[in-house]
Amino acid sequence: MRRFLRPGHDPVRERLKRDLFQFNKTVEHGFPHQPSALGYSPFLRLMAIGTRSGAIKLYGAPGVEFMGLHEENNTVMQIHFIPDQCQLVTLLDDNSLHLWSLKQHGGASELLEEHHFTLKGPPGSPPSATQVAAVLPHSSREVLYLGTESGNIFVVELPSFRVLEDRTITPEAVLQRIPEDNCNRRSCELVEALREHPKNPDQILIGYSRGLIVLWDLQNNKATHHFLGSQQLENLYWQRDGSKFISCQYDGSYTQWPVSSDNRQPEPLENTVPYGPFPCKAISKIYWQTTKNGLPYIIFQGGMPRASYGDRHSISVIHGSQQTAFDFTSRVIDFFIIFSSDPTAEFDDPCALVVLAEEELVVIDLKSAGWPAVHPPYLASLHCSAITCSHHVSNIPLKLWERIISAGSKQNIHYSSMPWPIDGGTNIAPDPPQRDLLLTGHEDGTVRFWDASGVCLHLLYKLSTVRVFLTDADPNDNMNTLGEDEWPPLRKVGTFDPYSDDPRLGIQKIYLCKYSGYLAVAGTAGQVLVMELNDEDAEHVVDHAEADLLQDQEGYRWKGHEKLKTRDGPVRFEAGFQPFVLVQCQPPAVVTSLALHSEWKLVAFGTSHGFGLFDHQQKRLVFVKCTLHPSDQLALEGPLSRVKSLKKSLRQSFRRIRRSRVSSRKRRGGSGNASEVQEANAKFDQDALQEMELAPVQRKIEARSAEDSFTGFVRTLYFADTFLRDSSRHCPSLWAGTNGGTVYAFCLRVPPAERRMDEPVRAEQAKEIQLMHRAPVVGILVLDGRSTPLPEPLEVAHDLSKSPDMQGSHQLLVVSEEQFKVFTLPKVSSKLKLKLTALEGCRVRKVTVANFGSCKTDDYSENDLAVLTNLGDIQIISLPFLKLQIRYPCIRKEDVSGIASCVFTKYGQGFYLISPSEFERFSLSTKWLVEPRCIVDMPEVTSNNHVHSKSGTENAARKS
Amino acid sequence: MNRAQRGAAGSRGLGTMEVKSKFGAEFRRFSLERSKPGKFEEFYGLLQHVHKIPNVDVLVGYTDIHGDLLPINNDDNYHKAVSTANPLLRIFIQRKEDADYSAFGTDTMTRKKNVLSNVLRPDNHKKKPHIVISMPQDFRPVSSIIDVDILPETHRRVRLYKYGTDKPLGFYIRDGSSVRVTPHGLEKVPGIFISRLVPGGLAQSTGLLAVNDEVLEVNGIEVSGKSLDQVTDMMIANSRNLIITVRPANQRNNVVRNSRTSGSSGQSTESSLPSSTPNILGNLLQGEEESDEEDIIIEDSGEPQQIPKAAPTSESIESLSQIELLHESTQNGFLPSSEMNLSHSAGSISMEYEGPEAGHKSLEEDGTIITL
Repeated sequence: MRRFLRPGHDPVRERLKRDLFQFNKTVEHGFPHQPSALGYSPFLRLMAIGTRSGAIKLYGAPGVEFMGLHEENNTVMQIHFIPDQCQLVTLLDDNSLHLWSLKQHGGASELLEEHHFTLKGPPGSPPSATQVAAVLPHSSREVLYLGTESGNIFVVELPSFRVLEDRTITPEAVLQRIPEDNCNRRSCELVEALREHPKNPDQILIGYSRGLIVLWDLQNNKATHHFLGSQQLENLYWQRDGSKFISCQYDGSYTQWPVSSDNRQPEPLENTVPYGPFPCKAISKIYWQTTKNGLPYIIFQGGMPRASYGDRHSISVIHGSQQTAFDFTSRVIDFFIIFSSDPTAEFDDPCALVVLAEEELVVIDLKSAGWPAVHPPYLASLHCSAITCSHHVSNIPLKLWERIISAGSKQNIHYSSMPWPIDGGTNIAPDPPQRDLLLTGHEDGTVRFWDASGVCLHLLYKLSTVRVFLTDADPNDNMNTLGEDEWPPLRKVGTFDPYSDDPRLGIQKIYLCKYSGYLAVAGTAGQVLVMELNDEDAEHVVDHAEADLLQDQEGYRWKGHEKLKTRDGPVRFEAGFQPFVLVQCQPPAVVTSLALHSEWKLVAFGTSHGFGLFDHQQKRLVFVKCTLHPSDQLALEGPLSRVKSLKKSLRQSFRRIRRSRVSSRKRRGGSGNASEVQEANAKFDQDALQEMELAPVQRKIEARSAEDSFTGFVRTLYFADTFLRDSSRHCPSLWAGTNGGTVYAFCLRVPPAERRMDEPVRAEQAKEIQLMHRAPVVGILVLDGRSTPLPEPLEVAHDLSKSPDMQGSHQLLVVSEEQFKVFTLPKVSSKLKLKLTALEGCRVRKVTVANFGSCKTDDYSENDLAVLTNLGDIQIISLPFLKLQIRYPCIRKEDVSGIASCVFTKYGQGFYLISPSEFERFSLSTKWLVEPRCIVDMPEVTSNNHVHSKSGTENAARKS
Repeated sequence: MNRAQRGAAGSRGLGTMEVKSKFGAEFRRFSLERSKPGKFEEFYGLLQHVHKIPNVDVLVGYTDIHGDLLPINNDDNYHKAVSTANPLLRIFIQRKEDADYSAFGTDTMTRKKNVLSNVLRPDNHKKKPHIVISMPQDFRPVSSIIDVDILPETHRRVRLYKYGTDKPLGFYIRDGSSVRVTPHGLEKVPGIFISRLVPGGLAQSTGLLAVNDEVLEVNGIEVSGKSLDQVTDMMIANSRNLIITVRPANQRNNVVRNSRTSGSSGQSTESSLPSSTPNILGNLLQGEEESDEEDIIIEDSGEPQQIPKAAPTSESIESLSQIELLHESTQNGFLPSSEMNLSHSAGSISMEYEGPEAGHKSLEEDGTIITL
C-alpha cells in the first residue's frame, strides 16, 4: 500500500529538496572529440577549438574555459579572433558565419553567440560564388574580408554582417592591372589566403589557389603588386616587417617574395623544397619567425617526401642548423605560434608551438634546448588508450595526494619546465572544496590518476600493470624507431596510442583505499593485482595465486582467451603503486566485480563463473564460490562473440580509414572519385535504412527464467560488518550479487590484529537470497541502526566518520536492475521495496550512495541513492524509505557507452564519457559544484597600441 | 490477521464436539476440543491415525447444516466445519485416486441417491458427462479478462497468469501509430502494438490477445509516452502477473453490456478513447500485489523458504508459516466468499481457458454476453 502514497506532497520536504538537489552539467573534461578548427588570440592569450559537432571551446590559463555550441551542429571550419577584441568569428561548413562575444555578466565572463550570417549571391549564381574559403578580420575591427571559391572577395561590416557591396574585390578588378599573357580569368578562381600587411592596414595580400598572389591597396581599390607563382598555392605568411612574405605550395615547396615599391611584379627571392628532391606532399601552412640573433624559425606543416613519409602527420621546425620534424600521432588540424614579445617589438621571438592534432594537443617549448614538449594542464587525451573503466575517490587525504603527485612527477621529467604559455583570462572560481581523484583504467593495462578536484582534469600519475606480465610487445621495439633514419629528422611527439598490444591487459575494475594506499586492479583475463604505494623504485617478486572458480564442476571447457603469462623472478617497479600479489581467476574470464577491505586485508573478486576471497596479508585464498547454473553453457565456454566482434572491428577500422580518406580530400578538390564514393556510401546507407524499415522493430515479451545465460555473472561484491547470524553479535561479512538475482552472504572470521598472520581467515556461507524477479543485482548496501550506510573500511579509524550504530537493527538494501528492496537483518525478511521497472520501464544501470548537504544550513546533510537508469535519467531516491525525490534527464538513452561509463562521486557529482576522449562532469548537489568561473578582461593598451601601430605603419609606408 | 482465532471465536463455546468419520465402510467416532480445533494438518493426521491409513492420500469432506458435502482441505474450511457442526461433525473420507469430485457441492447429499442410479444406468451417465471440477487445492489463477465493469467497451484488460505453467508468455510488441479522438479533433499518436504471437505460448493459447491489439496499459500504468524498450522492460518486470489493457484490433468481439450493468463508461462510442482512461485496477490486482513475489532465502545452507513480510513484532517461526499459508490461499484463487460475491454482483466475469478449443465457445451468463 505504501507506494500509493505519492511522495512529495509534504511542503517542508519539498523546500528541503530544493536546498539539497540541483542538476547542472558543469564542465567537459578531456580532449574535444573530432576537433576541426583552431584559433588563437595573442591579444587575449586565449585559444579556441572548434569541433565537427559545432562546439567551440575557449581555453586560457588553467581554469579559464568557455564553451559554446552552434545551433546547427555543423562542422566548424575556421575560427578567427577579431583583433584586439573579445570577439571571434567562426565559419561553419554550411557556409554560415557566426560572431561570438565574451561578455561579462554577474562578475564572470560568458561566451555568447551574437549574430550569424550567410553570404548570399545573386539569384541563380552557383553556390561556389559565395562559398567562403578564406576569412580575414581586418585590424580596423570594422570589416571582415571573405574570400570565396568564385574569386570574389566580399567585404562585410561588423558586427552587423552587412555586405558592403561597393567594396567587393572582383577578379575582374584584380586582373585589370595584370598583363593578360600571364593570367586569365581562371587564375583568380578560389581565394586561398587573405593576409593583412603587418604594418599597413590598407594593404592586403590575396592568394589565389592557382598560384597568383596580389597585393591589394584598399584605399585606391587597385592591385599594387602581383606575384606569379607556378604551383598551386596553399598558404601565405607575412614577415613581421612587411618587407617579405612566404608562400607555401602544394608540391611541398615554400617561396620567399620581396615587396618593394619599385618592382610591381617581383621574382621570388628563394624557392625551397625542404624535403626534396623527390616529390613531396603539400606544405599547408607556414610561419617565418624572426629572432634577435637573426636566425629565423621556419615552421611549416607537411612537406614530407610523398613516397616514403607521405603518411606522416608532421610539423617541421627549422632554426639555423637545427631541424626537427615533429611526428604526430594523428592528423594535424592546425597549429599556431606563441611569441613572447609584445606586438610592437621588432622581432617575433617565438616561444612555443601549439599543435592541435585530431586526438591530442601538443605544445612544444621552442625556448629550451631540444624543444621539449610542455605538459598541458588541460585538454588531456583521456583516450590515449581506450578507457575501459573508471573509479572515483572523493576527499583524498593530503598525505596520499602528495605521494601520488611525487610518484607522478618522476614520470614527467622529460617535459619542459616552461609555464603554460596560453595564460589569458583569470580564474575566479573558488578553490575546490576537497581533493578528488578520478582513476581511469585503459585497454593497454594502465591506470591513470587524474586530479578531478577542479575544472582542469589533470594527469597526476600513470600506473602500468604490463610489467607483471610477459607480452608479445618487446619494449625495445620502440627504441628502434627513434634511431630510424636521420633524414627526415622525425621525432615522435604526443601520447595518443590507441593500439593495445594485448587486449587481455585491459583494466576492468579498480578499487583504491584512500586511507591505506592499497589499490586493487582487475583485468580482462581474470587477473587481480593488489598493490601498495611505495615512494621508491623497488625490485621484487609478485606473489602469484590461482583461484579456480569452477571448483569441481566437471566437463566444462573454457573456449575464451588464455590467462596472461607472468614474468618469472623479481620485477623492477618504479616509484608509485607496486603490485605484490597477483590472483589469477580460472577460467581467465573478465573480472566483473571487485572489492577491497584494507582493514581486514581482504580482496574479493568475481567473474561470470563465481567469486572468491583472497587474504592478501597471508597471501592465501580463503574460499571460492561457483555461481554457475549447470545449464549456463555460454558463460562456461567464454566469449564466443569474440570472433564476430573482431571481424566487426576490422570492418569498422577499414570503414574509418576510407572515411578519413574521403574527408581528408579537400572538399573543393571535387574530383569525381571522391564524390562517387560519397554517393555510393549515401546509397548504401539509404539501402540499410530501407531494410530496417521493412522489418519492424519488435521486442519479445518473455519472463526471465533461471535458465537464462549469464545468471552466474557476479555483478557486485560488498564487505560489511553486520548482524548476519543473530542480532547479538555482528561479524565481518562478504556479500555478492549475481546477474540472476541471487545474493550470497558469507560470514567471515578475521583473526585479531595480533594474531593476523597466525590464524587463517575463515568464511562460511550464511545466507542465500533468490530474488523472485531474477533481475541482476547491481548494488548491495547495509544500513546501520540509524539507517546510515556503513562507513568505508578505515574511515572510522581515521576519525572521518562516526562509528556505525551497532545497537539498533541493521537493514540490507539490495538494488537490482528492476527493484530496490530493503530487508531486515539478521533474519532476512522483506521490509520495503520500490519497483522501478514495473512502474516506469527503466532499469538501474548505476547506483551509489551520495551525501547531499543543504546549501542553506551547514549542519544538515543526508544520504540518498543516486541512480542512473538505462534511459539516461538520474534519479535520487531517499534512504531508508526508498522514496523517489527527483529525476533529471542527463544522458541520451541512445548513448549506451555514455551511460555505461558514468561514475558518481560520494558527494553528488558524476562523470560520464560524451566521446571516447571527453568526460562530462555533472552535479546533483547544490553544495558541491565544480564549474568554470572566469573573467577575461580587455587588456588596456588596446587603442593606444592600435593607433601606435597604425602611425608606425604609415611612417614605414612613407619611408618605403 | 489470525484467522485461527477468529474461527475459534465463532464456535458455540461447548467444551467438546463429537466427530463421526466414515472411510469406505468403516466408521470412527471421536471428539474434538471445539474451542481449540488445531490445524487442518493435525486433523488430517488424526483422521489417518484413527482409520489406520497413515500413508494413504485422502480427500476429506463434511456435511454442513444444509446437508451439502463440502471439502475440508485447509485451516479455513476446517475451522468453518468445526464451528458450524451442530452437534455432530460428519466426516467423509475418500481415497484421492478414486475420488468423486462431483460429489461435492450444493445439494450433493440429496443428489447422492441418484449417483447410485447413474452407476446402474451407465448410458444415462454418458449422455450427461459431468464437468470435472478439480478440488480447491488444485485451483490456480488463470489468464482472464478482468475489470469489464470499469473499462470502456472498446478496451479489454487481460491478465496473463504465468504461475505454474511452462508456457512462455509468447508474444511480441512493436511501435506503431493509432488515431485518437482528442478535444482538438482526431490526432495521430504513437502507440505500442502486439506484433506477433508465438504458437503454443500463453498469449496465443488463451486467445485473449491478438496481433495488432494496441497496448494501453501495463499493470495499471499507461504506456503512452513510453518507448518500446521501456514497455518491454515493464512487461518483463511484471511477467509473473502481467495485466495488459489493450484496445483489440478486432472490435466486433467486444463485450456488449445491457443498460442495467452499464458502468461509468458504458456510453463510450466505438474507437474513441476517453482522454482519461479509468485507471483503477480491480480488487484482484491489489490483493495480489503483495504476494506476487516472494524471494527465496536459504539460511545457513538449510532448506529454502520464502521470505515472509517483515511483521511489526518479532514472531516465532510458527506464526510466520501461518502467514505464508494465508498467502497461499489467496494466491490459489480460493477467494473468500465476500470478494466473490462482490465481483459477481458487479457483473464481471472471469473466465478460464485451458486450451485453444475452449476459446471458441460462447457463454451466456447473467445477461452478460461474450462472443469469441
